[in-house]
Amino acid sequence: MMQKTLLLILLASPLLLEAQSADELLARVRARLEKVSDYQASGKMKTNVAFVKAPIATVKVFYKRPNKLRINNESGFSLIPKGSFNINVGNIFLSSGDFDVIDMGLEQKTGLRVIKLLPRDDESDVVLSTLHVDPRLAVVRKARVTTRENGTYELELSYGRYVDYGLADKVIFSFNTKDYKLPKGVVFDYDGGQKKNENKLPANRKGRVEIQYSSYLINKGIPDSVFL
Amino acid sequence: MFRLLQIELFKIFSRPRTYIAFAVITAIIFLVQIALRFSGREYMDLIMSGVKETFEVPAEEALNGYLVCYIVLNLLLIHVPILVALVAGDVVAGEANMGTLRLLLTKPVSRTRLLLIKFLASSIYTILLLIWVAVLALGLSVLLFGTSDLFVAREVDSNIIAESDVLWRYFAAFLFAAIGLLTVTALAFMLSAFAENSIGPIVATVCIIIVFTILTQMQIPFYDETVKPYLFTTHMLGWKGFFYVRAEEGVTVDGSIEDFPLIVKSGLILIGYAALFVVTAIWYFRKKNILS
Repeated sequence: MMQKTLLLILLASPLLLEAQSADELLARVRARLEKVSDYQASGKMKTNVAFVKAPIATVKVFYKRPNKLRINNESGFSLIPKGSFNINVGNIFLSSGDFDVIDMGLEQKTGLRVIKLLPRDDESDVVLSTLHVDPRLAVVRKARVTTRENGTYELELSYGRYVDYGLADKVIFSFNTKDYKLPKGVVFDYDGGQKKNENKLPANRKGRVEIQYSSYLINKGIPDSVFL
Repeated sequence: MFRLLQIELFKIFSRPRTYIAFAVITAIIFLVQIALRFSGREYMDLIMSGVKETFEVPAEEALNGYLVCYIVLNLLLIHVPILVALVAGDVVAGEANMGTLRLLLTKPVSRTRLLLIKFLASSIYTILLLIWVAVLALGLSVLLFGTSDLFVAREVDSNIIAESDVLWRYFAAFLFAAIGLLTVTALAFMLSAFAENSIGPIVATVCIIIVFTILTQMQIPFYDETVKPYLFTTHMLGWKGFFYVRAEEGVTVDGSIEDFPLIVKSGLILIGYAALFVVTAIWYFRKKNILS
């Protein structure tokens, strides 16, 4: 009898997940995130932008609700992309303000629920957010946010030990880059008299920052001075 | 030979003009350091302008002793050659002008050896000047501004070099700069051997450096393709090559140099020029009529 019940649950589980409305699923996602009022995370940050060569940085990421986020390099300095406060998933809900939810259903390949958030405020910088939500764990696995002023950015999140808080072990933040422009005469490059390759930079205008977190300190309190 | 070298060094360091270069370098470096201490943020905004559209600019963290040294070297290594000419251009012609050259050649020393010793003495002065630059530009800047990663802005991209990977690059860069400055020393020395008074070779060296530096930095395709590869001033910038790093997927490779063979090529070209200048000076001086 017990086996039959389990089998029934297993067979019915995709249907149950589908049956869960997008609003309910989002509410579960937000409930996880709301367990966290602040955190301090340690990790390694890798930057991949066509016009920047930088070492892998040992970073500390500080977050405080509702939208304070700071990334500190522990051993030097890093170039932090503008809009990087969006590496915190909760910010997607915050920056969208009040929104309408469009349920796109389950993605066949990944089993993730695709939900679009349309901000109701016409003046909102965010135009559209597309979330790929893991319906079992109630966490955002992937997000794509289109803004008016700052282009489109994407988040890919992998979870591990801190999934209960909706905090990722690894975040990949992709963003649009602007042109690399330096005023003439600021630097005189050494080229050994060789002809310059004017098209040296690749056409790829996307930048990528990858943070691999090793640990989180959650809800221990962080002074506001950290974010100044 | 050592005794002769001591005498030549005594002559160089007993002249007040020798210390002009040290004083000028000290003043320039202090001025740059003071300026960066009080308005470093504005300067950082300028040199990080290539990335500030996309990234938050960490101006305060990026402005450190290593970067200050890099800025100073960018400014100074164009002008130090002019200061080198003050002594190297005087080393033979100055004696001709004072009338002591003929007396000197009555000593039982060959002209070749005498000239080599004079060149060696000028080279020692040049190296000491460079060491002074290193002490102030690197040592003092590190004391005043501390150390951190080094930000190197280039025309096509920006490199950030990890703090632990910077110091050896400075040693290599100063070594390369020494080769560059010795080339200028050799040029001024050669012109000095041609002349009867020291103003001519000093001014001529300064003019050559100014014209060549303009041609190197003008970025006009016609000159870039025809003249620039052959100018020693083009290759004197090779010290910067030690701060151009390789990267894999945007991540700098520690200890790497983007184009080491190019730096070696530039170094060999400079050594070739220096040797050519010294050999030409000796060849000319051996058959020169010394009338004064």
